[in-house]
Amino acid sequence: MSLTYILRRLGIFFLILWVASTLNFVIPRLAPGDPIAALIGDMEEQGATVENSAELINMFRERFGLDDPLPIQYFKYLAALARFDLGYSIRFFPATVSQIVAAALPYTIGLLTATSLITFVLGILAGALLVWHSTPQFGRAVITFFMMLAPIPYYLLAIIFVSVLAFSLGWFPYSGVVSVGRLPEEGFDFGYIVDLVYHSLLPAFSIIIAGVGGWVLGMRGMMVTVLGEDYLTLAEAKGLKDRRIFLRYAMRNAILPQFTALAITLGYVVSGATIVELIFSYPGMGLRLFEAINSNDFPVIQGITFFLVVSIAVAILIIDLIYPWLDPRITYSRK
Amino acid sequence: MTTAFLPETGPETAPTEEPAIGTRGLRASVRYWLGNWKLSLGLVMIIGLTGFSILGSYMVDFDLTKVAAGDFNARPSEKYLLGTDNVGRDVWALIIHGIHPSLKVGLIAGVLGTAVGVVLGVVGGYYGGNTDAVISTMADIFLTIPSLLILVVLASYIRTTTLEFTALVIAIFAWAGPTRLIRSQTLSLRERAFVPLAKLSGQSDFEIAIKQIMPNLLPYIMAGFVGAVSGAILALVGIQILGLGPLFTPNLGMILQAAYEGAAIFRGMWWWWVPPTVALMIIFISLFLISLALDELANPRLRERAK
Repeated sequence: MSLTYILRRLGIFFLILWVASTLNFVIPRLAPGDPIAALIGDMEEQGATVENSAELINMFRERFGLDDPLPIQYFKYLAALARFDLGYSIRFFPATVSQIVAAALPYTIGLLTATSLITFVLGILAGALLVWHSTPQFGRAVITFFMMLAPIPYYLLAIIFVSVLAFSLGWFPYSGVVSVGRLPEEGFDFGYIVDLVYHSLLPAFSIIIAGVGGWVLGMRGMMVTVLGEDYLTLAEAKGLKDRRIFLRYAMRNAILPQFTALAITLGYVVSGATIVELIFSYPGMGLRLFEAINSNDFPVIQGITFFLVVSIAVAILIIDLIYPWLDPRITYSRK
Repeated sequence: MTTAFLPETGPETAPTEEPAIGTRGLRASVRYWLGNWKLSLGLVMIIGLTGFSILGSYMVDFDLTKVAAGDFNARPSEKYLLGTDNVGRDVWALIIHGIHPSLKVGLIAGVLGTAVGVVLGVVGGYYGGNTDAVISTMADIFLTIPSLLILVVLASYIRTTTLEFTALVIAIFAWAGPTRLIRSQTLSLRERAFVPLAKLSGQSDFEIAIKQIMPNLLPYIMAGFVGAVSGAILALVGIQILGLGPLFTPNLGMILQAAYEGAAIFRGMWWWWVPPTVALMIIFISLFLISLALDELANPRLRERAK
């Protein structure tokens, strides 16, 4: 792996973070009025007495440095972000945004990592099998059915699953991450983990089933191109076993562009998963985001957005660094 | 957001050698595509739904979509075809008046996103170099950033806006998918023999881009457009479920959000959440079918398989 390649990937990594955090900086300042004063006003209107509201406003103004000129605000903001310092939650003051994110992040990362890997593997395998000559007719029909689910958004599937599988049939719990009142005894005991997995099954199914179709489509398209290649005919002529040709010759080559696609679809998956979490009251970033929106907790909204973008950028960096190992041609192209 | 429907095969993909369908044999290709069941079914579904909503809007009283227009939580009956919700709005009227605004948002964001995508994609793909590096890197980054989240930040600061405004906001992210798609195709078109030929015959770069490259890009532009439209509707409904959408014009996301807030599922009020879900599924599936058909138009190898 050449150094230039690694440096370029790192550059992209920071560029993603920079664009996302700059958008996060610009957007609130485009909004009319002073968001903090408006917010405190809102809270008071709703009957909540905000003690020392003037002091709170000043604290926030100072915190965000709203009295500084814009460029200085911008650099202060970037410097604070680099230290993962996102300030305090308005709703759960004095909890910091980082604390709230830290509590929610493991659930989201766990759910997303597991489902993304399962979706990817299932999808590319099914997509390759769909156009492979020795796939039985029944298998093709099943795969085509899942391919047709590709356009249905995560949240619609989640709503249907909650209604049918959880509410009507009662097979799965429809909210939370463990049974009510269940706490891990002595850390994470076995029963707790089983309960956690059981509660995560439906959200996971929604994400997997909504996602598989897209991979099937992409892989099918690539396989069709690979199937016309001469090296497959040669492999066949050599008398290699069907399964070996399928895995080592056809899939091996069709899989490469899918990794690029994996990096690009992550943002889409994360967006979808946040709403799935909300529908299942799964206590990850999506649910916290929803709560923050409902209570106008702007620092938390921004913090969650920022940390999700960081997670995606890290995942993409990992994929990018694995990629040359899968496709040796990348390593040699030094420009 | 085309990635949802047209998973990128990446810039490494070998260009298809078969010539794309140009102006030649136009009538034959029109006939061929009318016979493509995916395209016809998709078009029938989406045109039917749009027509149903627009015509229905003239026949069903708009006042029925207002709060306390009828009984609360009524089951479907002769009086209320699809029942009413928890504040007395007639679900049938909500659906009829709600489909076309949702489609309109998709259309506005889709047109804007595709227009920007065509310009940036052709410029980047045709001229290459640093221009292309900047354009394609930005497009990749905008695809990578979870657009829904940035839209959420934006929408949480600028509350209760109109549908048209929301469409403009969604368009901020709608250009990246089409740009990427069109750039990679321009890149391979540029290498075809007809480009140097046109150059030799004295056409300027601009003329080549408009007269030679554009017509061949048509299926990709359409595919990018369809992807951008469905991506925009997807984002719109996503924002709305989070409670950040425009609340006053009836539209599908708003009905779904109200049903979710009102615990329609757990109260067994299927007539409240099933109709918007079905309408959205029809929209997404029809656009998906159309984009599959366009994919076959652009990639003839898929076409042979599909028969």
